[in-house]
Amino acid sequence: MKIAVLIKQVPDTADERTLDPETGWLNRDAGDNIVDEINERALEVALQVKDKDKSTEIVVLAMGPDEASKAIRKALSMGADSGVHVLDDSLAGADAVRTAAVLAAALKGIGADVIVAGNESTDGRGGVVPAMVAEHLGLPLVGALSVIELSGGKVSGERQGEAGTLTVSAVLPAVVTVTERTAEARFPNFKGILTAKRKPVNTVSVADLGVQDPAARAVLVAHSPRPARVAGKKILDDGTAGTLLADYLIENRLV
Amino acid sequence: MYELSDDQQAIVEMVRSFATTALAPHAAEWDEEKHFPVDVLADAGELGMGGIYVREEFGGSGMSRTDAVLIFEELAAADPSIAAYISIHNMVAWMIDAHGNDEQRAAWLPGLTAMTELGSYCLTEPGVGSDAGALTTRAVLDGDHYVINGTKQFISGAGSSAWYVVMARTADTGSHGISAIVVPADTPGLSFGANEKKMGWRAQPTRQVVFENVRIPVANRLGEEGDGFMIAMKGLNGGRVNIGACSLGGGRAALEKSVAYLKERQAFGGPLIKQQHLLFEIADMDTELETARTMLLRAADALERGAPDTVKLCAMAKRVATDAGFHVANQALQLHGGYGYLSEYGLEKIVRDLRVHQILEGSNEIMRLIVGRLAIED
Repeated sequence: MKIAVLIKQVPDTADERTLDPETGWLNRDAGDNIVDEINERALEVALQVKDKDKSTEIVVLAMGPDEASKAIRKALSMGADSGVHVLDDSLAGADAVRTAAVLAAALKGIGADVIVAGNESTDGRGGVVPAMVAEHLGLPLVGALSVIELSGGKVSGERQGEAGTLTVSAVLPAVVTVTERTAEARFPNFKGILTAKRKPVNTVSVADLGVQDPAARAVLVAHSPRPARVAGKKILDDGTAGTLLADYLIENRLV
Repeated sequence: MYELSDDQQAIVEMVRSFATTALAPHAAEWDEEKHFPVDVLADAGELGMGGIYVREEFGGSGMSRTDAVLIFEELAAADPSIAAYISIHNMVAWMIDAHGNDEQRAAWLPGLTAMTELGSYCLTEPGVGSDAGALTTRAVLDGDHYVINGTKQFISGAGSSAWYVVMARTADTGSHGISAIVVPADTPGLSFGANEKKMGWRAQPTRQVVFENVRIPVANRLGEEGDGFMIAMKGLNGGRVNIGACSLGGGRAALEKSVAYLKERQAFGGPLIKQQHLLFEIADMDTELETARTMLLRAADALERGAPDTVKLCAMAKRVATDAGFHVANQALQLHGGYGYLSEYGLEKIVRDLRVHQILEGSNEIMRLIVGRLAIED
């Protein structure tokens, strides 16, 4: 089986994340940039398939600036076989529609049996790119799985919702996304780290992929920093604290 | 030499993630319960930490001594006790890789490098420590077997390890009459003393290893008869650098805790870090650790190249780093005041764990003896 895993380099959630005031784009220099944790879990799903069947081939695909090659390298050190890096200055600030079109074009070249992605990134949190990719490729989307099984030419798993748990399946090829309830990603071992450099990474441009319409459709109108936290309301108990507390919760629609 | 390569940065990042998730959250509990986490050691083995500088053929990671320094610093920043055991285990695996023949390497290294089987180094005896050349455990040839009798003292991992590299006397010719023999745990006549009650290093067992007519095939001897002392000393060169790196990691953790505490703790109208004499204390601690790191990297480089001044540099680095680590940890405890003395803050454990690094792998007095003798050599 050939598995493509979508990975995205994002700012470390442990650091402060900011937007560039001029462009409204992500400020990539504000902190460490790492492989999104949810993508590592997607990769872990693929690696567990490979643990059982060594003939499995895992290709990781990332779109991003030069530095995103580090995220690809990390995925290779964990056990992926090769990488595809879509690197093109014209993609800076690309929106979800544009990103999905580019990723889909790259995936056509990869020709995987299944495409595994995280359900949403920790920076943009749009959660729409995998669905758009599936649409471009004419493939079923099996989204937000908390339990996943990939074998016998099909994907099956569970999706948890507020009302209950859905058991879903689809015949491959398909696009699959996983939630943070799937297995925690493994650490790369020393051998993985030391051999990652020798694994092939194919760097491609928008022109190589033949994608039309380079402009992003989403336009950022305005943005403002998160307001500073204000001190909470203090209720002193003079015998009526219970009532005051209940009033406060009702007034602020917290219950 | 001092700038980390991309690979080394990735290695440090991985070991730090492993240490902060798999070791640090449990370190206090393991210390208190005297729990030796063999399952976690097997996890470390899966990542390649069982044979860091063992060649790759039988499962080693084939990395450099410098890589090992970086790795042990990170492990010890989370738990010096576990880091130090892994250091000893690596010394054992390396001795088999470097001095064993292909049959021995094929038989013992896969389990050791995976850390599903652990190793212990048996040199010290109840009456023989620094004067190791005078050891009395005896291996007498009987056909194609040695019959071993004697007692080894302060053996890390004893009772849990699968393999014991034992230095035993095969001839009465001083240090030239010692051979290195690999003894499996299940050999009849091999027994272990009680787990010693210790000041630190409580997350790893320390026991006597007792040999009563233990019969071991001659094929289990590493190298030639009489090579044992040389093998033991060569192993210790690397052991000294690694234990120094464990002191560096523990000291660094203590320094980081101190910086955070002094910034937060309010006294005399502001955070304590505003007191200049405390800032100077932080500066001294940081400088001591950086000095240690520099010495360790230089010694590791010499060891890797087989440089002529390897023995001297390893001894100097061991002394500098283990003294620095302990001093910094002890100062960090002082800077935390009464809180430093409470187990909850994690400082007193670092002090307890690092204290023994000044004593073992050759005491720091022996390090001075080695350096001094080399300094006045003609």
